[in-house]
Amino acid sequence: MSVIGSLLILLGALFCLLGALGLWRMPDVYNRIQTGTKAVTLGVLATLLGVALLRPDWWPKLAAIGVLLLLTNPVGSSVIARALFRAGVRPWQTHDKGEH
Amino acid sequence: MTPDLFIQFAALIVFAAAILLGLLRFLRGPATPDRLVAADILTVIATAILVVLAPLLESALYLDVALIYSVLAFVGIVALARIIETGKKT
Amino acid sequence: MKPRSQGKHLSKKKHGRLPQSGEGESELEGDSEHPAPDSLQSSRDQLPATATGLTLLLIAAALWLLLTGTLDTQELVVGALVTVVVGALAYARSGIFGGVRWSFVLPGALLVYLWVFSVALVRSNIDVARRVLSPDLPIRPGVVKVRTGLTSPLGRLLLANSITLTPGTLTVDVEDDLLTIHWIDCPPDIDMEAATAAIAGEFEGHLRRFVR
Repeated sequence: MSVIGSLLILLGALFCLLGALGLWRMPDVYNRIQTGTKAVTLGVLATLLGVALLRPDWWPKLAAIGVLLLLTNPVGSSVIARALFRAGVRPWQTHDKGEH
Repeated sequence: MTPDLFIQFAALIVFAAAILLGLLRFLRGPATPDRLVAADILTVIATAILVVLAPLLESALYLDVALIYSVLAFVGIVALARIIETGKKT
Repeated sequence: MKPRSQGKHLSKKKHGRLPQSGEGESELEGDSEHPAPDSLQSSRDQLPATATGLTLLLIAAALWLLLTGTLDTQELVVGALVTVVVGALAYARSGIFGGVRWSFVLPGALLVYLWVFSVALVRSNIDVARRVLSPDLPIRPGVVKVRTGLTSPLGRLLLANSITLTPGTLTVDVEDDLLTIHWIDCPPDIDMEAATAAIAGEFEGHLRRFVR
């Protein structure tokens, strides 16, 4: 049980690294938000699940953190993306699509 | 060292690498929005690290710290995004 | 719709507890011990506001239970007090919870939605991993607009969040029923209907069962 928990933590860490790698490699800020948010969100959730397996008595608080992150994290990235979009930053595109 | 602890320390090292990569983007920019995105990701990774530290240091207090930290980070990011949104219009 | 007995029960619970609510003020006249016929009537007219209050109390109570993590009597008593105080303070600002569609299918629909969402989250991460790790960065980003049929702010918030966390899409802006989406792998020459079906279609069907 606790080995599975530790492995889940490691998996979460790898997803966080993936998010950071996406942050570093992507060509423009919108793509960075995309890869960053998704990978890091799953990374934190996997970490929380792993810690919950290590210490089952902590699950309520871990669940609270998970729900909160799940609600706030995408909102945070959407808010940044909206701010950029409204401030006039246009995404890097290989072809034009949409009204903008 | 038990295999559990070994895996958890390995995870901490991976987290550290992620933080370093994020910091690199934060320092390189090139523009303010890139730094803001990097800061957002860094705060979430920091939350994850706090959660991992809780069982390693045998203290549930780190979970409360992680909870409050993530909420405050979210509020801060939204506030900064608001500044970008309104700042460039004028 | 909502059963009447439940509504009456809710309004009783609310009596005197949410004095600064505004919408609920007319109800304060009716004492909970003598439910006059007209107060029953008025409570039925204000069902949305009552349901909002109940949703708020439920969420506050659930958060308290998660944070304390015990079912100890002392904690529960303090938790009930804190829940009511927090509910009273936050009620004027809690309009977003009016979007919940209370019915008997809500728990089931919520679970189905969470399952679909989790699968999409894992899939989107495999997608991200593939794109980030391949040396030539296979992306062709574009911006599309998507129209949603969800009318409440809560429904749109959940839809926008779901879209952000699913494969290749990021909600950039929400204006009325139009969502601006950044799509990391945007097919060339796609119109709004096709984009809506591809991006929002699945989640909207699940969300529609428990939010407006």
